[in-house]
Amino acid sequence: MGHLLIAPIVVPMLAGAAMVLAGDRGRRLTVLLGLCSTVTLVVLSVVLLRLADAPVVGVYRLGDWPSLFGIVLVLDRLSALMLALAAVLGFSAFVFSLARWHRAGTHFHPLFQFQLMGLNGAFLTGDLFNLFVFFEVMLAASYGMALHGSGVARVRAGLHYIVINLVASLLFLVGVSAVYGIAGTLNMADLAARMRDVAVEDRALLETGLAVLGIAFLVKAAMWPLGFWLPATYAAASTPAAAILSILSKVGIYAVLRVWLLLFGGEAGASAGFGGAWLLAGGLFTIAFGSIAVLATQNLPRLAGASVLVSSGTLLAAIGAGQVAVTGGALFYLASSVLAIGAFFLLIELVERGREVGADVLAVTREAFGSGEEEDELQEHDEVGVAIPGTVALLGMSFMTCALLLAGLPPLSGFLAKFAILAPLLGSGEPAVPAATWALMAALILSGLATVVAMLRVGIDVFWASPAGRVPRIGLVEIAPVALLLMLCGALTLGAGPAMDYMQAAARALHAPTDYLHGVLTAPVAARGGGG
Amino acid sequence: MELVVAIGIGVLTGSGVWLLLRPRTFQVIIGLALLSYAANLFIFSTGGLRSGAAAILEPGEAGTLARYTDPLPQALVLTAIVIGFATTALLLVVLLAARGLTGTDHVDGRERER
Repeated sequence: MGHLLIAPIVVPMLAGAAMVLAGDRGRRLTVLLGLCSTVTLVVLSVVLLRLADAPVVGVYRLGDWPSLFGIVLVLDRLSALMLALAAVLGFSAFVFSLARWHRAGTHFHPLFQFQLMGLNGAFLTGDLFNLFVFFEVMLAASYGMALHGSGVARVRAGLHYIVINLVASLLFLVGVSAVYGIAGTLNMADLAARMRDVAVEDRALLETGLAVLGIAFLVKAAMWPLGFWLPATYAAASTPAAAILSILSKVGIYAVLRVWLLLFGGEAGASAGFGGAWLLAGGLFTIAFGSIAVLATQNLPRLAGASVLVSSGTLLAAIGAGQVAVTGGALFYLASSVLAIGAFFLLIELVERGREVGADVLAVTREAFGSGEEEDELQEHDEVGVAIPGTVALLGMSFMTCALLLAGLPPLSGFLAKFAILAPLLGSGEPAVPAATWALMAALILSGLATVVAMLRVGIDVFWASPAGRVPRIGLVEIAPVALLLMLCGALTLGAGPAMDYMQAAARALHAPTDYLHGVLTAPVAARGGGG
Repeated sequence: MELVVAIGIGVLTGSGVWLLLRPRTFQVIIGLALLSYAANLFIFSTGGLRSGAAAILEPGEAGTLARYTDPLPQALVLTAIVIGFATTALLLVVLLAARGLTGTDHVDGRERER
């Protein structure tokens, strides 16, 4: 696959740099560049997805240094999946922003490209410190994205977001350097190979370093109690920014999956399974907190933020369960929930456009206390069967699809994903199902119920009982990305068989990373050029 | 040597955490700066500490790899300093924007009611 592997990092970097040079005068050129870059990324990620679906792991050695000395990029099924999700979400958010958001402040497009670059780099790198660098690229761009459009609410939420992430980055550094101090390597594969041979007296220190590292990842993944910043920040961010930020929390999940399964798998000797119970418990608490937040929120953006929490919690708990088949189901859930939440964030703005400011709070008050105006309203509108305008019908259908996906109800991919997590938990062959498994099952099902209740309440209020039925004006470029994301979820449902095969293969490779270690650690076999 | 560095890192971290939890944005940013000094020192110290050693070669001895301190943490700390500096500068801009928009330097953007 040659140099194709580094292309997902290079393409947005070059596009972003060219955009900075073009400045705000060349807006048409900037948009064109952005379109080229995002489309290229989608095509690239599809090509890489096909390439990755093989037992051989793709390894790219920067500068052709042996992997123990230089930095490597590694492409396996998991990173290809994450690349594809980021590319699709990036393309959708980019198209959506063209309607109006990209004019709401300066440097939107370059920041967007650097954001994609950081994401792709974090998914591809095989080196812990390089992971830190790409985290920082991604975060620095996300600070700009979160603040895009300015305003008091964004600056206030952005302030908290930046401070928390700076502290998390410092923890990341401390963890990385502690690991390096003990193990003497930062290459993830090399580290995994050395885990077994760590001296007994050093093992506690190494585990501490990795736990500190894990805290940095879990802050990104918004595990309870590290995730209080998330709903406020995501709710305050501008719509395309929120959509792309929603995959940032999945980067934390990705890092946990990659590092934890690689280092604390069965090969790790005495450290095998270290921290699994914490992941499971933390995931369960996150689901509980997220479900309560879903029920308690009174506006749509915060509802979306809370559902990000629920999805993070579900993933963490499923990973913490530590079974291959469950991890496979979790990967399917990851794909489904990234697409659904991205679509939901984009949809929210379109839905909100036709409503009055503060309508949500009013609605909740009306539910609680009753307003007494209902009978008058009935008399005013006694014409039966007012036709729903086409736009509202389309929005309503999209909203319903999002609700089904997020709550995990049949027939869409959200249900299949939850089923794929739950079925192997019960059918693992042990006669007595452990209590943690029951807790996870209950949490998954109850969080689905909470999501259904909250989405129904909001949906009825927005689409059926809206006091002033103004039809929102919506452009094609705004509804098309939502439709694209939802159709991809549909495709995931229809093609569940092959998709699930892919996820299960990815999970098996994660739990038994022999191919990964072999691919990274063996010397390059390609003949070097004659010049020496 | 180890003790001095360890105490230094500890004091920096302690002061940093305390300042980070204060309500004024300026205190928060100073706290972050102190914490990042602590982290940088920590990274630097993972390469091993030796006092009074020659920089590269001892006079009159053949150079061996065993005499070097590990250069990788130094490269790491350089990267960390640059990134930390840039992000702190960015935070400073946001602090000023928040001060301008909300009219207060409280981290929540509004004063507590007394």
